Amino acid sequence: MSVRYLARKMITLAITLYVTVSFNFLLFHVLPGNPVQLLARSGHFDAAARTQLIKLFGLNHSLLVQYFTYLNDMAHGHLGFSYIYREPVTTVLGSAVGNTVLLVGTATVITVIVGVWFGVVAAARANSLTDASITVTSLSLWSMPDFFTGMILIFIFGVWSHVFPVSGIESPGLTTGTFGHVFDIGRHLILPALTLTLVNAAEFSLITRNTLVDVLVEDYIVTARAKGLRRHVIIWRHAVRNALLPVVTATALYVGMILGGAIQVETVFSWPGLGLLTYNAVEQRDYPVLEGSFLLFAIAVIATNFFADLLYQALDARVRET
Amino acid sequence: MSSTTSGPETSSDPGSNVIRKARSSVWRGVWTDHMGRTGVIMLGFVLFIILIGPLIFPFNASAFGSSASSILQGPSRAHWMGTTELGQDVFRQFLVGGRISLYVGVSATVIAILLGTGIGLVAGYYVGWRDTILMRVTDFFLVLPTLPLIIVLAALFGQSIVVTSLVIGLTSWPQTARIIRSQVLSLRERPLVLRARSLGARDVRIMGLHILPNVAPLIFANLVLVLSGSILAQAALAFLGLGDPVQASWGTMLHNAFNSGAMSEGAWWYVLTPGIGIVVMVLAFSLVGHALDRVMNPLRRGAR
Repeated sequence: MSVRYLARKMITLAITLYVTVSFNFLLFHVLPGNPVQLLARSGHFDAAARTQLIKLFGLNHSLLVQYFTYLNDMAHGHLGFSYIYREPVTTVLGSAVGNTVLLVGTATVITVIVGVWFGVVAAARANSLTDASITVTSLSLWSMPDFFTGMILIFIFGVWSHVFPVSGIESPGLTTGTFGHVFDIGRHLILPALTLTLVNAAEFSLITRNTLVDVLVEDYIVTARAKGLRRHVIIWRHAVRNALLPVVTATALYVGMILGGAIQVETVFSWPGLGLLTYNAVEQRDYPVLEGSFLLFAIAVIATNFFADLLYQALDARVRET
Repeated sequence: MSSTTSGPETSSDPGSNVIRKARSSVWRGVWTDHMGRTGVIMLGFVLFIILIGPLIFPFNASAFGSSASSILQGPSRAHWMGTTELGQDVFRQFLVGGRISLYVGVSATVIAILLGTGIGLVAGYYVGWRDTILMRVTDFFLVLPTLPLIIVLAALFGQSIVVTSLVIGLTSWPQTARIIRSQVLSLRERPLVLRARSLGARDVRIMGLHILPNVAPLIFANLVLVLSGSILAQAALAFLGLGDPVQASWGTMLHNAFNSGAMSEGAWWYVLTPGIGIVVMVLAFSLVGHALDRVMNPLRRGAR
């Protein structure tokens, strides 16, 4: 990976981030029906209060001035003030980010491992009964809305049997030291993480299967077979290595989808992360928090794609640019 | 993998009967595929239930229960799928809600496919600056996380089913645009397009008459997938409380069930009925899409 390539990628990243921030400004501050104007125009204020609000949000300035003020705020990490929590949005988001990273991180690792494994098994016996049942199961799981999968798990493990906790991140009033605390969080993590895994592993298994089926008819596989190599050596050492590249790209592309799933799953399980925050912000029309969390989601996806691109470059000699 | 792109040259103009023949063979391909046939049958069943169902099944959707005893009741002869937290009939809501889920899914898909096809067509046909600009925009929207974006747009612009359709449609086109563009890029170099251009045909005519019919199968295969995605997006939006409160879709039913405490009451009928409806509808479209992809993707057909 050359320095020039890296520099070009960094410039693209900077431009994308800039466009994203501007897009956010367009959504929340310019388009008709934007929350700031709605608030200032609503009939609940007398003239004095309204002037004060207009001044507070800088609506008396031209759009261009508002835009630069906004960019300046962004550059200094000022995301505004939450209507509901009465705290800076950064503080509100900060307390939730860790929980979402824990949930999404755990789920993504398990998802990739389980998904790839089932995909390989299906492809290795392409067009067999095993293949068909794995594909049908994957398609069925893919067809389930994330929140519905979560609700079914709640019925099974929380209502009909009481195996796992179905709400929150820790049991209230638990006083059993650090280890007990970690164990408790782990128990609460199981069902939300399982939900995300069930829905997304299906996607990975389908991608792995389809790529691997294409790879398995390539010449070098035929050569390996002709050399008399063992079947599982051919599949795992020769074929899977090459089929994994699309999976790397897919992981980056699906981070957006997994985050979308996290919003639903956190809502269903009351997991106190960015998703639940987004849901509450929508319910209570807390626009600054909604704006901040959307920006954070977008930046997370852009950053992941950036790193996946670099990884792809490092892994695949065929697309290596100079 | 790379050697197959310069495939055999296509014969001159695609005559209309050639297209018709191709169409009937696609249909046969889907029907002979086990999963494709299952999908078609499931789809027929779902469409029958939600389009004809409300006419035959004599339930009243909005009638409220007369007493506390009619609230959240299990399935019975009077209420086949039990009752809601307000004592309404779940089965009737299910029949009506399916129409709304389907309506939003279909109209969002139409918007997304029109946008995606148009942008992909123009970008692929006129390489150069138009392509660069359009693809930059496409890549930007491709990277934005879809569900958060849809949530923000719905929260800002309202919750009627028209707004929901627009919001989902306007955010679901980038994938289609990319796929169409790459196909058009190869089509524009084919002899039939070069010939038409040398005869003095205008760009619009070439695109409409020679390129569009050739990408039509691709559009169709993609359409089914966009449709499943749109139905899922609508369900998620409604579940998060951003659905049309008056015209309750299956997602809205699940929102009501979840927020009324039907879960802890163990009212499985209230949750499973609309949930399974969504799954069966999406799965039917996915199975058909999977089969279409098998039949129409020449690379994969060769690989089998």
